Amino acid sequence: MNSQARIASSTRRPLLRLETILLGIGVLALVLAPFYFYPIFLMKVLCFALFACAFNLLLGYTGILSFGHAAFFGGSAYFTAHAVKEWGFSPELGILVGVAGASLLGLVIGFLAIRRQGIYSTMITLALSQMFFFFCLQAPFTHGEDGIQNIPRGHLFGFIDLEQPLYMYFFVLTAFLAGMFVIWRVIHSPYGMILRSIRENENRAISLGYSVARYKLGAFVMSAALAGLAGGLKALVFQFATLTDVSWQMSGEVVLMTLLGGIGTLVGPVFGAALVTGLGNYFATSELPVTLVTGIIFMICVLVFRRGMIGELYASRLGRRLSRRDDED
Amino acid sequence: MTTIFDVPVQAFLGQLLIGLINGSFYAMLSLGLAIIFGMLKIINFAHGAQFMVGAFAGYLLLKGIGVGYWPALILAPLVVGLASAAIERIALSRLYNLDHLYSLLFTFGLALTLEGAFRYFFGASGQPYAVPKELAGGYNLGFMFLPKYRAWVVLASLVICIASWLLIEKTKLGAYLRASTENPTLVRTFGINVPLLLTFTYGMGAALAGLAGMLAAPIYQVSPLMGSNLIIVVFAVVVVGGMGSILGAIITGYMLGILEGLTKVFYPEASNIVIFVIMAIILLVRPAGLMGRDA
Repeated sequence: MNSQARIASSTRRPLLRLETILLGIGVLALVLAPFYFYPIFLMKVLCFALFACAFNLLLGYTGILSFGHAAFFGGSAYFTAHAVKEWGFSPELGILVGVAGASLLGLVIGFLAIRRQGIYSTMITLALSQMFFFFCLQAPFTHGEDGIQNIPRGHLFGFIDLEQPLYMYFFVLTAFLAGMFVIWRVIHSPYGMILRSIRENENRAISLGYSVARYKLGAFVMSAALAGLAGGLKALVFQFATLTDVSWQMSGEVVLMTLLGGIGTLVGPVFGAALVTGLGNYFATSELPVTLVTGIIFMICVLVFRRGMIGELYASRLGRRLSRRDDED
Repeated sequence: MTTIFDVPVQAFLGQLLIGLINGSFYAMLSLGLAIIFGMLKIINFAHGAQFMVGAFAGYLLLKGIGVGYWPALILAPLVVGLASAAIERIALSRLYNLDHLYSLLFTFGLALTLEGAFRYFFGASGQPYAVPKELAGGYNLGFMFLPKYRAWVVLASLVICIASWLLIEKTKLGAYLRASTENPTLVRTFGINVPLLLTFTYGMGAALAGLAGMLAAPIYQVSPLMGSNLIIVVFAVVVVGGMGSILGAIITGYMLGILEGLTKVFYPEASNIVIFVIMAIILLVRPAGLMGRDA
């Protein structure tokens, strides 16, 4: 190791340690949380957090705004529910079916959406997911307005009884952390760097010889698969799958979570999801319609608070020190 | 009984008429969207909500101060247009220099807020709006019954669409609008107030949505959610017609409305998705849309 590298690594180490400590605190908090909070609520937050992070992989790191992610989330919830309830699959296989279905949907919708750029592709995702919504409304296996109810949670790997809320919680937490790890791995890989270059300047990426369409489609499918993981988990947590999860309002909600937390930050969407879910729970019992509240938050966020919570933190002095490591890479 | 492809002629014509009515609203709404998109380069997600507010404005004018259908036909769009112009001035105009994403998200938030607010005050159920007495009743055409009001809506929407098209393509104001779409900086150097033009355009696009809402009030019930599902169909119409192409938006609006009606006759299960299927096909064959230039 030459002296320059040693200096660089010695200035890096304390920061790296700080990040590790923060990560440790975060995971510890999630492990301890079910002993202090209502586990179902926490699981809901984790599902939406994973959903938002999956969405952010596409919006924040590839620059594609999809307004149809509910199709993957809710679609996977339906597939998982059907596999577990009607075919008697074990929960892990059921979720696998959901993820596979969502990936396939992602492949089809993504293929059509990336034929146009920017705002056009947004509208295409929206329209196609609405088409999927009407499909779900009429297809017999979804049971229309009733949805699929009383989904058995079953036994994970045959011996972990998921009917126990705590076991279920740790299953969801493990899946969530695994999903986050995949996202982290992707955005810090050469592949992730190419995605970011597409976000920054698509034409330049093309001129450098990257087949942009293929990379975009890859990101789209990956994002859809992870959204599907979140949807499948949600179906098992709540033991039902309904039309709400495939509606375009759900697609809007995940955009809000990501925007509030911070577009293009790894953990921002987690906080955004926690906040939106919390607000939803709080206003569900009040007279005010939730859409009114979320709508107002949306407008304020866009006007004055565009970087989101974590984005603003990164932009502050403390955040700049924290993220310096990223810039050096 | 006469039949066309094994379908009774009356059912066929009935659905054709419903398709034509829906097509009229698709055309008017996608026209407004196309005008706003062409000038401001923003997707107005609040278009459905503005349609709904137009209908509610008419309803409230009648219930609140007893203003009838005909004055409301002018007042309701005016209210919607002015309010929207104010929102453009206060908020939207700050977002032009940013990624288009933010203006889309802002109008989405606006749509949610409007829907939520109207649901809070009026509940989610629909309110009836009576057909004005001049247009009550209908014509018996021998082979089918044509309600007068529906004929009026088709006629009015045709006139509105043609007038808007003429305004943009043939008048001096339209020339300014088109010029500032091409090159706003150059138009500003000629001493034309481009920001004001943008505000006017947004107000006009929204007023068109309000007018459509007012026309729709006696046909559909006046409800806070009347615009929210419509808007997504209209998005698909705009994509098929070609973004920013005004003529494309109008023609596609009518065509897809009629096609949707016909699907209801021949294959009812697919009537909800036929427009989206066509959109997917168009995207595969002609990504710029039927009448769009490649963006």
